[in-house]
Amino acid sequence: MSSDDALHDQMIHFDSYGKKLGMWLFLFTEVLLFGGLFIVYAAYRFMNPEAFHAGSQELDLTIGAINTVFLLTSSLTVALSITALQKGDTKKSIDLIMITILFALAFMFNKYYEWTMKYEHGLFPGMDHYNELSAGEAQFFNLYFLMTGLHAVHVIVGAIILLFVAWGIKKGTITQDRYIYLENGGLYWHLVDVIWIYLFPLFYLII
Amino acid sequence: MTAIPQPREYVNFYDAKKGLMSWLVTHDHKRIALMYFYAISGFFIVAFCLGLLMRLELIAPGRQLMDPQIYNQVFTLHGVIMIFLFIIPGIPAVFGNFSLPPLIGAPDVAFPKLNLISWYLYVIGGLLALSTLMFGDGPADTGWTFYAPYSVKTGTNVSIAVLAAFILGFSSILTGLNFLVTMHRMRAPGMTWFKMPLFPWALYATSWIQVLATPVVGITLLMIIAERTLGIGLFDPALGGDPVLYQHLFWIYSHPAVYIMVLPGMGLVSEMIPVFVKKSIFGYKVIVYSSLAIAFIGYFVWGHHMYTSGMSGEARIIFSVLTFLVSIPSAIKVFNWVSTLYKGSIDVKPPLLYSLAFIFQFTIGGLTGLVVGALAADIHVHDTYFVVGHFHYVMFGGTGFAFLGAIHFWYPKIWGTMYNIKWANIGFAILFVGFNLVYFPMLVLGMMGMPRRYYDYLPEFTLPNQISTWGSWIMALGLLIVIVNLINGRKGPRASTNPWKSVTLDWTHTDSPPSLYNFDEIPTVTRGPYDYRDYENYIKDKP
Repeated sequence: MSSDDALHDQMIHFDSYGKKLGMWLFLFTEVLLFGGLFIVYAAYRFMNPEAFHAGSQELDLTIGAINTVFLLTSSLTVALSITALQKGDTKKSIDLIMITILFALAFMFNKYYEWTMKYEHGLFPGMDHYNELSAGEAQFFNLYFLMTGLHAVHVIVGAIILLFVAWGIKKGTITQDRYIYLENGGLYWHLVDVIWIYLFPLFYLII
Repeated sequence: MTAIPQPREYVNFYDAKKGLMSWLVTHDHKRIALMYFYAISGFFIVAFCLGLLMRLELIAPGRQLMDPQIYNQVFTLHGVIMIFLFIIPGIPAVFGNFSLPPLIGAPDVAFPKLNLISWYLYVIGGLLALSTLMFGDGPADTGWTFYAPYSVKTGTNVSIAVLAAFILGFSSILTGLNFLVTMHRMRAPGMTWFKMPLFPWALYATSWIQVLATPVVGITLLMIIAERTLGIGLFDPALGGDPVLYQHLFWIYSHPAVYIMVLPGMGLVSEMIPVFVKKSIFGYKVIVYSSLAIAFIGYFVWGHHMYTSGMSGEARIIFSVLTFLVSIPSAIKVFNWVSTLYKGSIDVKPPLLYSLAFIFQFTIGGLTGLVVGALAADIHVHDTYFVVGHFHYVMFGGTGFAFLGAIHFWYPKIWGTMYNIKWANIGFAILFVGFNLVYFPMLVLGMMGMPRRYYDYLPEFTLPNQISTWGSWIMALGLLIVIVNLINGRKGPRASTNPWKSVTLDWTHTDSPPSLYNFDEIPTVTRGPYDYRDYENYIKDKP
């Protein structure tokens, strides 16, 4: 260890609590990011109730429900992986993260399928069927694509974060005593889940 | 506070590591602060010159040197750079980064790497904003507010400008998050919340706004980009969108952002005044609470930007009442600063001069703010030069002067040398006179009914416009003297560790310039931040 590192360690201490606090603050910003979209959704739903009703009829409730189950279960597996690491079982912890990522992939596959179906029906911005929609119904699909699209980006980012965390556990930088990065990755994953819990009823269930 | 232990061999943070890479990959909050300082100053000078060009165009009625389209683009770029690249990040990123950790007795911020990432995001955002000059139809011509539906229809580079603002917002969020955790977790032992100096307190209130408000404008700007690239109609009334909804979403962030701009400046003034009157600040806790109150109430007043946008009468009245509420904590601060001066041992040095100018100009800006905050009066002066004069008095006359004051205040700490005080005073005086000559006529013009954002005006508005333009040259001269004097100060005499005899930790317990981790040992705090009783014996000023 060089003298630089020694000085660094003498002056600066590893602060798990601070890192968790930072993560929570970041999650606030994520909630508010989606919050802006929820405001727009509320305003346009209020202005076009029938059109939003008609729009939600076009969505596939079964796929939405399956995806909800996927994400809820993946939140469980990521929580279990934290407990596994706290108990010192690194292998089980990594396995559980991998299962979480598999759920994320399954979710994305369904999403891809859903969007492809919309595409084939011409229900994509700029396509024939889309241009024939009423203004209100177009607004529904604008928001559908924007909000679930932004959420999908978060699913991908969350999965990549978890991949890095798994790598850290394997390398030994995230350990039984210093598991904050896994915990933060898990917190982020729960956020992805929570946002979906709101998106699912807003688009698929409230009809 | 414990005595300073026998120091390790003192190496200042510049000498701790050498070479270009030691800057580009540094985690040291002081180096990051300086990188911000140079970048922000550069952007400020660019936007300042754009402002001079606008004043030059307005020296007489009719076309002088640019056609209306160019003028629209110039004022938009001036606004975008000044707001997103200078005044929002300015004080937190430069002086927050440099002085927050020493002020609270911390060796660095909580997330040094994140701090560096924020700087890179800032630079990327800044370069993107400037890049709109280079290609296509040039920079956006929408005004810095990017109001829909014009912003989704114009052919200028709105998407890039908006993306730049989004990235800069992200940088701002990360800085705020970093400071919040730093203040929660890294205060020195003994520094309770109410022993924390007032500049950190102001940053604390600011950081909460940065974290909680910025994402809303982020998503709004993304919606503008989506609307432009996908051709969907989120805000375009022709496609079923609601442009007033855009204005709501925009101001939900951008009004709190006004307090991101001014609160740190208020914090700096609270920090500087006690040092130069050698007296405890009047009403410490009230200043703390008023900062928090401004941050809190600031969320609920955005509607006062939209009195003429077609909101319901009830909504407008409520927003007007709330706007009056937010002026109370601001006024409290002004009374506190003035009361601090009362019976103090006043030592008129450049930082104090800038603080006094802040109080004077912020008061004018604040009182004219009440005029535009009042529903009935605003209907008449909305979108006139009165508004332009008002916010320049607050932003430049307030925050800009606080920024300049803070450079003069921490100069010996940052660079370890002292500038020429006499020339600093002369530069200040010319800048102060120039500033008021530029902006006071704008208040008059607004009352006479001259609308903002036009390259031309009626002949009866000529005289005040000419005074304003002449003033802009005086202001530029003042700024030039200030800058040259500061650059020359690098060759000035070596500064002691505590030339102003301040009792805050950044002066009493660090060298000039500070060492890599600021302190030899983290100090334990027992005194209040502005406890000037017996300060001569407490301070150990080292050469």
